[in-house]
Amino acid sequence: MKTLSFHPDDSVHAFITTIPEVTYGDGPLSGVTVAVKDNISTKGIETTCASKILKGYIPPYDAHVVTLLKNAGAAIVGKTNMDEFGMGTTTENSAYGPTLNPLDHQRVPGGSSGGSAAAVAAGLVDCAIGSDTGGSIRCPAAFCGIVGLKPTYGRVSRFGLIAYANSLEQIGPMARDVNTLSNLYSVITGHDSRDATSVDKPYSHTPVSDIKGLKIGVPDEFFGEGVNPKVAEVVRQAIDSLESMGATAVPCTIPSMKYALSAYYVTCTSEASSNLARFDGVRYGPAVGTLKSWHDAYSDQRKAGFGKEVRRRIILGTFSLAAGYYGRYYQKAQTARQMVRDDFERIFRDVDVIAGPTMPDIAFKLGEKSDPLQMYLSDILTVPANLAGVPALSVPCGKVNNMPIGLQLIGRYFEDERIIDTAYAYEQGGA
Amino acid sequence: MVTAEDVRKIAKLADVGIDDSEINEFTNQCSGILEYFAVLDTLDQNQPLIRERYNILRDDEVLPSLSQEEALQNAGQTEKGYFKAPRVM
Repeated sequence: MKTLSFHPDDSVHAFITTIPEVTYGDGPLSGVTVAVKDNISTKGIETTCASKILKGYIPPYDAHVVTLLKNAGAAIVGKTNMDEFGMGTTTENSAYGPTLNPLDHQRVPGGSSGGSAAAVAAGLVDCAIGSDTGGSIRCPAAFCGIVGLKPTYGRVSRFGLIAYANSLEQIGPMARDVNTLSNLYSVITGHDSRDATSVDKPYSHTPVSDIKGLKIGVPDEFFGEGVNPKVAEVVRQAIDSLESMGATAVPCTIPSMKYALSAYYVTCTSEASSNLARFDGVRYGPAVGTLKSWHDAYSDQRKAGFGKEVRRRIILGTFSLAAGYYGRYYQKAQTARQMVRDDFERIFRDVDVIAGPTMPDIAFKLGEKSDPLQMYLSDILTVPANLAGVPALSVPCGKVNNMPIGLQLIGRYFEDERIIDTAYAYEQGGA
Repeated sequence: MVTAEDVRKIAKLADVGIDDSEINEFTNQCSGILEYFAVLDTLDQNQPLIRERYNILRDDEVLPSLSQEEALQNAGQTEKGYFKAPRVM
């Protein structure tokens, strides 16, 4: 085993935990520095999900992706800041304070994998691992000017990822360029029997920049109301530049977008209300008072340990699943989710990839979005890929007001390779 | 759309606790969000909810797992090799 020292100048507060002396082995990623989001279990290293309720929690096992990274020789140098349990779009919802955008310290890095994106963008690490439930890799990648991939659902094992909304989330790679992202991705895919949704589709691809004949769908809904026209313009130019490399762009529509955001939030809060029931201070986290009665002890523990956004989402999810409301919210959300899947299936009969902006605007100022619903609305362009389970990535494609814009590329199921190639073509020829 | 009483009741069901000082804020925010979700109820419920799903099961054989010591290492309180929890009665 070899060792390296890691003492970053973390002025953007990208890390919750850093590892000063890191050991690593041989392999395809030997000595490559990787930051890991703090909702991914690391044996012997505190893992908090940026929540007070997990302060001091030392996982007794590694997540599957962490085992794979270690086997590949990667140097895992620290655990990155995030919105508590992944619930947020800015990394402001962290019990350990916000992460700052490395390109402008007055602005957020995006979220929820904001620490991972900031660590990569600030050059503190070679690459990072994030998780994406409704855009949590792609949003911070766009806001910080790096590349981030949400894989096809099932391609990366979720074993050891502390669950927020199982049916939506995937672990994925983040890097400053497509080749590094591809190298990192090739290490973390493959079947794992400990995740029942894991699929045996390993990724072993080398990006190629030839996109002649590629058909690109451009959804009207990605350029409509709520999208900053300057952002839309930069993204349209990026699509023009893909056309100049031999691709063809055609308009398309995703009518189910009207329901997508509601379907997403009903589903993720419902799953969260169930998943987060385990945080009661009995098996991990600060100790619960055992002298109080059951409900009083747990209510006090969870009120003190969870931040407001987490409690708000648990309340919304409990409501959506409650007798008398289930039919109106959860059940209808699943109908809408199927409509989103059907829309993608229909569009992908005619086109190879879908392109549009990753986020409707540039990175927000810290504290700019204080109303939860306004914050949720900024996820509108990223949640459809999670609802359907299709792969999606964000690649930098220009700037507005000196802040980076992300071009979002969405692919067919298990065609992560094709959106990676398209991003690579853009990066090589369009930048 | 939801009342303060609804929010109090749900918070109690979910064991997340809620202070009197927070109740208006949570009620207003949840009302606004649920109003936005109301668009879902305009959809017909005419399709089966689950399609093409099947269970993934493994053979029922003993495989390596956490030791008792590892399982208890993060517990706030333990007694004789068990987790200690608040009283139920």
